Amino acid sequence: MRALFANPVAAAGMVIVSALVLAALFAPWLAPYDPLTQNLDGRLAPAGDRHLLGTDALGRDILSRLLWGARTTLLIVVLVTVASAPLGLVLGCVAGTLGGWADIALMRLTDIFLAFPRLILALALAAALGAGLENAVLAIAVTAWPVYARVARAETLAIRDSDFVAAARLQGASTWRIVRKQIMPLCVNSLVVRVTLDMAGIVLTAAGFGFLGIGVPPSTPEWGAMIAAGREYLFDQWWVATVPGLAIVFVSLGFNLLGDGLRDILDPQT
Amino acid sequence: MASASRRRLTAAARQVAGVAFTLFGLLVVTFIIGRVIPIDPVLAVVGDRASPETYAAAKAAMGLDRSLAVQFGLYFQGILGGDFGTSVVTTRPVADDIARYFPATMELATVAILIGIALGVPAGVLAASRRGRWPDHLVRVVSLLGYSTPAFWLGMIVLLVFYATLGWAAGPGRIDVYYVDIVTPVTGLLLLDAALDGEWEILRNALSHLALPALVLGGFSVAYIARMTRSLMVEQLGQEYVLAARAKGMSEARVVWRHALANAAVPLVTVVALSYGALLEGSVLTETVFAWPGLGSYLTNSLLNADMNAVLGSTLVIGVVFLSLNLVADLLYTLLDPRVS
Repeated sequence: MRALFANPVAAAGMVIVSALVLAALFAPWLAPYDPLTQNLDGRLAPAGDRHLLGTDALGRDILSRLLWGARTTLLIVVLVTVASAPLGLVLGCVAGTLGGWADIALMRLTDIFLAFPRLILALALAAALGAGLENAVLAIAVTAWPVYARVARAETLAIRDSDFVAAARLQGASTWRIVRKQIMPLCVNSLVVRVTLDMAGIVLTAAGFGFLGIGVPPSTPEWGAMIAAGREYLFDQWWVATVPGLAIVFVSLGFNLLGDGLRDILDPQT
Repeated sequence: MASASRRRLTAAARQVAGVAFTLFGLLVVTFIIGRVIPIDPVLAVVGDRASPETYAAAKAAMGLDRSLAVQFGLYFQGILGGDFGTSVVTTRPVADDIARYFPATMELATVAILIGIALGVPAGVLAASRRGRWPDHLVRVVSLLGYSTPAFWLGMIVLLVFYATLGWAAGPGRIDVYYVDIVTPVTGLLLLDAALDGEWEILRNALSHLALPALVLGGFSVAYIARMTRSLMVEQLGQEYVLAARAKGMSEARVVWRHALANAAVPLVTVVALSYGALLEGSVLTETVFAWPGLGSYLTNSLLNADMNAVLGSTLVIGVVFLSLNLVADLLYTLLDPRVS
């Protein structure tokens, strides 16, 4: 933790990510208005005393929608990570430790997934699965795990022939036990770096889904969808689309900075 | 000597076999995605007021009454023959649609990658040679910002600033309406076709339309290329030949630009090929914002209309192009670097 704050890049990232988490947790108390209440008399109002960041085409307070949107973003990031990172870690470590056919099979499988640009595969999957937050999460998670499996495998190959692994094996530890006790804990560091950097990409993909109208239902406060809704008024009421975009850049940058800094701390050789 | 060239051949053969396997996997994945759809593909064709007989006939005609294995066989056979099915929206064969939209994407991506190389390589070299000082930090921050910006939003912002406010560039679309269909389509690349016809006014107009989307898309490859160039150059500048060159009293500029960069150039080719593939991904949302009539717009349009044949066809084509670029990058690497065998 102290190392985290000694590294300015990581610290800056940490501050931004904490801000996201706080906004998501306390949105109901922080938001000055209800994010769904429409007020057609006060639509497209510029930033001012009543609405700090103005209102959208239906007169909803943009700041309030932004804060509630943090919930949607954080929820998607957390769900995708929970669904894909452990899977990638286990598959990568097991395949790397076993070697042979298991390893070849995993590598070929990840080859196939990595042959598609991620966003495009996720979009095609989301289109096939239909609307809904859980489908969007599933589509993004399916494209995320192969990278994690690759990272875990590469790390496993580097340590599986170490003496401490051989020692554990000589003591009669089963392969599964070796994976769990010896290999996996050492793979976690590089995976954490990779996953944190990936979170920035997940934020962007989720926003892209929202922008195209795939994923969350229309009225939900979601940053990408807010940009899409502001597109019509871009040249006259520019803030409607600009403000949520800045939020996306800010949060995505936070994850990138945190990941970049974590790499300096956890993975000094690269 | 003979055994070395044989080894090289075996390695190449193995690489090609690997790619063939991955291609087959791509087909399986798109086929599976096509089967997950909750929308009834038969209903999408015949409409919901068709009689049961018409429905059954259409289902049989589409091969959907047979086993999954047979269906996959038919799908595989179709794809090999260039048959991606028919688009529900455009009512044309998907393969024709893709052939029509692909050149626009290629034109955009090519100009974007040129921008990426022109700005990214010098930025990366500068960052590496001033390591730890302000140019290095600047390049790091700017490329992290690039990684963090949604392409579709950046597209809207540059349209707002450079088109609506300053009027420096043309707006959405590939060309002004009154210029459409004047030049003879030879290559499908509008810039080239206009130049071949000697239509300079049209060329100027097309360039003005291309400028903003290419800058947005190119911006993302600048971020990637700059970062990769920096780390490759940092590695080279730590080598002993650099020390030797400096000890001889060679100027720093010559050491950096002639010696170190020349050695970083081979892996850099791979980086460029990979970022060209990444541009295909970026083009999807960028094209949507700029109403650029390319494969990306076609894909998103089909997505929104649940036109699965078109979605899967374009996904597959993009996957194949992506894969080929990776293969080309690998082969170039082997070809250009005499140490790799």
